Amino acid sequence: MSIISPSRKEELRKLAELARYKVATYGEDIDISVFEEAEEVKEIDELSKLPPEIQDAAISSGIDITEKERAGSFVQVDHSVIYQKIQSAYRGQIEIMSITDALEKYPELEEYWWKAVRVDQDKYTAHAELYPMHGYFIRVLPGQKVDRAIQACLLLQENARTQNVHNIIMMEEGSSAQIITGCSIAPKVNEGLHIGISEFYIKKNAKLVFTMIHNWADGFHVRPRSGAIVEGNGIFINNYILLKPVKSIQSFPTAVLEGENSKAMFNSLLYGLKDSKIDVGSRIILRGKNSSGEAISRAIVADSSQIYARGTLIAQNDESKAHLDCRGILFSNDGIMYAIPELLADRAPNSILSHEAAIGPIAEEEIEYLMTRGLSKEEAVSLITQGFMDVEILGLPKHLEDYIRRMIELTQKESM
Amino acid sequence: MLTIEDLHVEVAGSPILKGVNLEIKEGETHVLLGPNGGGKTTLLMSIMGLPRYKVTRGKIYFKGEDITNLPPNERAKLGIGIMFQKPPSIRGVKLYQIGEVSLRGKEDGDRIKSYAELLNLINHIDRDLNYGFSGGELKRSELFQLLCQKPDLVLLDEPESGVDLDNISLIGTVINELLNKEDKVKSRKSSGIIVTHTGYILEYVNADKGHVLMDGKIICDGSPRDLFEEVKKHGYGRCTECL
Repeated sequence: MSIISPSRKEELRKLAELARYKVATYGEDIDISVFEEAEEVKEIDELSKLPPEIQDAAISSGIDITEKERAGSFVQVDHSVIYQKIQSAYRGQIEIMSITDALEKYPELEEYWWKAVRVDQDKYTAHAELYPMHGYFIRVLPGQKVDRAIQACLLLQENARTQNVHNIIMMEEGSSAQIITGCSIAPKVNEGLHIGISEFYIKKNAKLVFTMIHNWADGFHVRPRSGAIVEGNGIFINNYILLKPVKSIQSFPTAVLEGENSKAMFNSLLYGLKDSKIDVGSRIILRGKNSSGEAISRAIVADSSQIYARGTLIAQNDESKAHLDCRGILFSNDGIMYAIPELLADRAPNSILSHEAAIGPIAEEEIEYLMTRGLSKEEAVSLITQGFMDVEILGLPKHLEDYIRRMIELTQKESM
Repeated sequence: MLTIEDLHVEVAGSPILKGVNLEIKEGETHVLLGPNGGGKTTLLMSIMGLPRYKVTRGKIYFKGEDITNLPPNERAKLGIGIMFQKPPSIRGVKLYQIGEVSLRGKEDGDRIKSYAELLNLINHIDRDLNYGFSGGELKRSELFQLLCQKPDLVLLDEPESGVDLDNISLIGTVINELLNKEDKVKSRKSSGIIVTHTGYILEYVNADKGHVLMDGKIICDGSPRDLFEEVKKHGYGRCTECL
């Protein structure tokens, strides 16, 4: 049972009620009422005991079922938290639990609950507050450098359901960690809605590399709502990877760089397939002295997909700088790519904001050049595309980098 | 090794080559001289099979096989390699990856490393292909790829252009290696065509035969040095008398 104070709870409920029908600024509007609530699922004591089709879904979104390369794991299926474990070597370094348990255990979490994301931002945040269905709490304790990735997996196994989760990631002072989050669905799921609220708190001198891999279906809607607050010398790296079709996804996470020398990087690799409507952006607000940010997006538009790649940099400190880099390739006559970079210097005349955005085909000259080295046309296109979807920008350990590279190759083979 | 018969080639609808005939035997190095716009690069690109260079008449035979309609990758596999004058840069594709492609799985990474060291490119192999490379680095990158590929017929388009004196000697050394110049004349297996309009590369690489290509035709054959001396003294002005 959450122990958020009754007055705060009432305040949040009122705000959520007022926003219950508030249409989001971007993305197609979804009628949440058409989706049903999911049923409870039993807990398991090993990831290998997940049903095989759920294991496959988890693996396809970056989850290591063996947990050999992971410091800890959290798995939620539909509305139920079914697995949470910290490897013995990492006990005392990290905490992983359902957010419901965390709110009960730590009353002080109340001050972080809906701090980095507004509860009344739109109907989806409101829905997550009014119909809470767990989510995870991951905390890296002060000064702890976690050398293996922590994994969290949010799965849906029933069709036409909603999954509303609210996550808090707390990086205490001087800590550092990698978190990989996989969101995926069982093969029988084609329709549904995932609402994911994620609040990141990066304390002084802490560093988080957060990688989210999405693996949805043609009829699935996704509305993540994420916010990060970064303190002095803190570093927040947010990677987002979407390589499978989706009905629609709209996400515009915000990092607020409050502290001196704080940094944020948003990197997105987007592969638009079938009729996917993908509207993914990132917003960096530079408030701290010497704060800096970078937002890099690589998008491939195939089939009839539509990709809106947004990026907003807002400098509110005179000594701050940030750069946006957005590139897209269209493989299809039926696809749409819209790159929307926005720069705002807000009473900070000496701040430096820049952007480059480019959309275009793969140059024939490049393909022919590689063909002269012995590659077929298809192989040349594949090599250039893989290079374009540059996994090195993600700053991941090599085994994760290789894993994502293989996923991109697979997506490409399936789409060609 | 290579036989070209009555080759006519168009680029974007304009006729560039107008009946080229050329025979290159195993182990021979030929030099193509000629003014800018005469068709030298077009001839190399046509031998390599780049689609923009459309053969409207004539035939190209390589090792006895008619390759006139083969795509560039098939020609590369048969043993034709090219050094571009102005190669494109490809973001995201690393130089070492092209080394691996050119080796076609025949060798391990040690060979890539040793070629990169030979060409002073060890700090470039993890960089995006040709991206931000200087003029000399571009040439060395091209030669690195050719060393990995080890073609039987090497097509070199202006190998000395944009290269400073420090680099030209190294470039000459590597071209000599590609063309087996250290071997006895009779035991050389690799052949080459060097396109040059300055002729400076001939100070570093010995060629067996020379040709002047003007207005889409080979108008003169002879000793490379004699032809080059002629051009140095008189430019291509006197060549027009042979058209």
